[in-house]
Amino acid sequence: MDTDTAIVSIRNLTFSRGNRKIFDDISLDIHRGKITAIMGPSGTGKTTLLKIIGGQLRPEKGTVKVNGQNVHQLSLKSLYQLRKGMGMLFQSGALLTDINVYNNVAFPLREHTQLNESMIRSLVLMKLEAVGLRGARNLMPSELSGGMARRVALARAIALDPMMILYDEPFTGQDPISMATLVQLIKTLNMTLKLTSIIVSHDVKETAAIADYIYVLSQGKIIGQGTPEAIEQSDSTWVQQFMHGNADGPVHFHFPAIPYAEDLFSSDNPQ
Amino acid sequence: MIELLRQLGEKTRHSFAKLGRGSFFLMQIIMGTMDVLRRPALLSKQLYSIGVLSFFLISISGLFVGMVLGLQGYYILSNFGADEALGVMVATSLVRELGPVVGALLFAGRAGSALTAEIGLMKATEQLSGMEMMAIDPIKRIMTPRFLAGIISLPLLTALFSSVGVLGGHLVGVEMLGVDEGSYWAQMHAGLDVYDDILNGVIKSVVFGFVILWIALFEGYDAIPTSEGVSRATTRTVVNSAFAILGLDFILTALMFGDI
Amino acid sequence: MGNTVKQDTLVGLFVAIGIGSLFFMAMQISNFSGFSDEKSYTISAAFENSGGLKVKSPVVVGGVRVGRVIAITLDQKKFQSVVKMKIEAQYNQLPEDTTASIFTAGLLGEQYVSLEPGGMDDLLSDNSMIEITQSALVLEEIIGQFLFKDKDADSAKKE
Repeated sequence: MDTDTAIVSIRNLTFSRGNRKIFDDISLDIHRGKITAIMGPSGTGKTTLLKIIGGQLRPEKGTVKVNGQNVHQLSLKSLYQLRKGMGMLFQSGALLTDINVYNNVAFPLREHTQLNESMIRSLVLMKLEAVGLRGARNLMPSELSGGMARRVALARAIALDPMMILYDEPFTGQDPISMATLVQLIKTLNMTLKLTSIIVSHDVKETAAIADYIYVLSQGKIIGQGTPEAIEQSDSTWVQQFMHGNADGPVHFHFPAIPYAEDLFSSDNPQ
Repeated sequence: MIELLRQLGEKTRHSFAKLGRGSFFLMQIIMGTMDVLRRPALLSKQLYSIGVLSFFLISISGLFVGMVLGLQGYYILSNFGADEALGVMVATSLVRELGPVVGALLFAGRAGSALTAEIGLMKATEQLSGMEMMAIDPIKRIMTPRFLAGIISLPLLTALFSSVGVLGGHLVGVEMLGVDEGSYWAQMHAGLDVYDDILNGVIKSVVFGFVILWIALFEGYDAIPTSEGVSRATTRTVVNSAFAILGLDFILTALMFGDI
Repeated sequence: MGNTVKQDTLVGLFVAIGIGSLFFMAMQISNFSGFSDEKSYTISAAFENSGGLKVKSPVVVGGVRVGRVIAITLDQKKFQSVVKMKIEAQYNQLPEDTTASIFTAGLLGEQYVSLEPGGMDDLLSDNSMIEITQSALVLEEIIGQFLFKDKDADSAKKE
């Protein structure tokens, strides 16, 4: 793969929690200006991957390079410098609950720049306009719906004009309308702001609709990759099960257990 | 037996690990002090939620504690015909012990628990990681202002507690029970020393403030980010703060007033 | 913005009341008299026995507090207890033949130094020594004296 266009390149990454291997020697590249999706069922450590890219977690083995810099060998200062170029959209939005929408979006600007209040106001309104929530600027985070909170968080994530945005499950728990809004928004922002987007998700249809490239993860391995069309055509039964949402397949409906009949008649049931 | 020992060892190891994390955390908080002092707005906001919001609780409690001291002290002292020593008795107990200790216990229950819950929920709702990803150090931005505000607030609240308590003792002793007003104040004035009593009381409350804030912030920061984890952390803050306050009070009292 | 102003005002009020309480404690509850070291002078007196006198015990003249004890040391030649006292500068009219006694406030109260001015025209100055002193009454000694006196009287009668 051509490393010049790779903004993030992960090599031989291994990470485990307790005895469970979450990533087992995976390598992947994320290309500049593209929307890359990382998909897989819940619990495959997709959020963990984002945290490793953001430098919040340390891998056991392997390297993660962002913009050519090895994230886990940077000093705290340069790591923070690097993070200014990354926006992250958390599942919950992670808005600060004690200040309103306007101040939430203004927060990174006030922390990192010396701009005066009128400049900040213009910037905040611009970002809020981009996500369509300029009119909601005086609401508190508790007064927002889940989808609106995510859009505010997105406005905050683009406040510092980052080079890339990491989306953690942006579509989970959204009604169809706000889901469509978010899909549209991610695509538009990526194009107009010349961003690189990494989407971690298990919402197949929406993600496939906007992604340029998809990695499918399962049990610590990359089991499929390619453009959405290529993934759709994949002959891996596993990928087929995931993409089409079949209840049974290589991934079983049942949690591993001893045979049902044996369990019913066994003597260890509590009285 | 072996299992028991193993569990004990494991527990000890966990406690030490926690102490280690806590110390590192404290160090990071203290290192952020200069940055916070350059932004007084952050401090002001925390002084409001930590200090101003504890104001009523502390002053009302101080009033009642002072009144009870006036009442009890009067009955004991009048047995010896020494009821004019009521002032010095009320003031000494308040300034040396009750003010710092009861003030700190109330503060741990009011402000400490609230801080742990706040920080724990910020962690649970990913606000802290969110800040890290925005390249903002949550320790400097969130913890240090709260820490400093707490250390500033508690001595002031304690002074308030003791002062209101002395007035409460005056209310009961002088206004209601008829102790001579002049001797109430004069004996107090003569019996208490600025350095020995007042300053030592203030030192106590600064130490208590330091410890309460450390415990409260760290329990929140170290909490398991679930509702159960946060509720447990909040309980631990109150319990551990109470232990720390009472234990440290003994040590400080022995150092300041005793010849142990 | 209005919210912040209100909050700042309350914080200011809180800090002011807190500091006010500290002042109240220092001025009203305790005996703080400023850091006025230069506005005082030191005199000392040698006692046979200074009893339960302590550093910071009050020094009074006619019931009015004029200063406090700042040091109690032992004179190794005469084996006397030398009590150093700091007297406030405004009480600078004490004659040279002032006598110093150690009294107890009440039966179980604290001990203090009482100065009784004499009639000389020369005044006590800084670092001067009071010549005439009366030691502390030690309760045990007094009781002992009573007992022995009675015994002496008894034995005298029998003989």
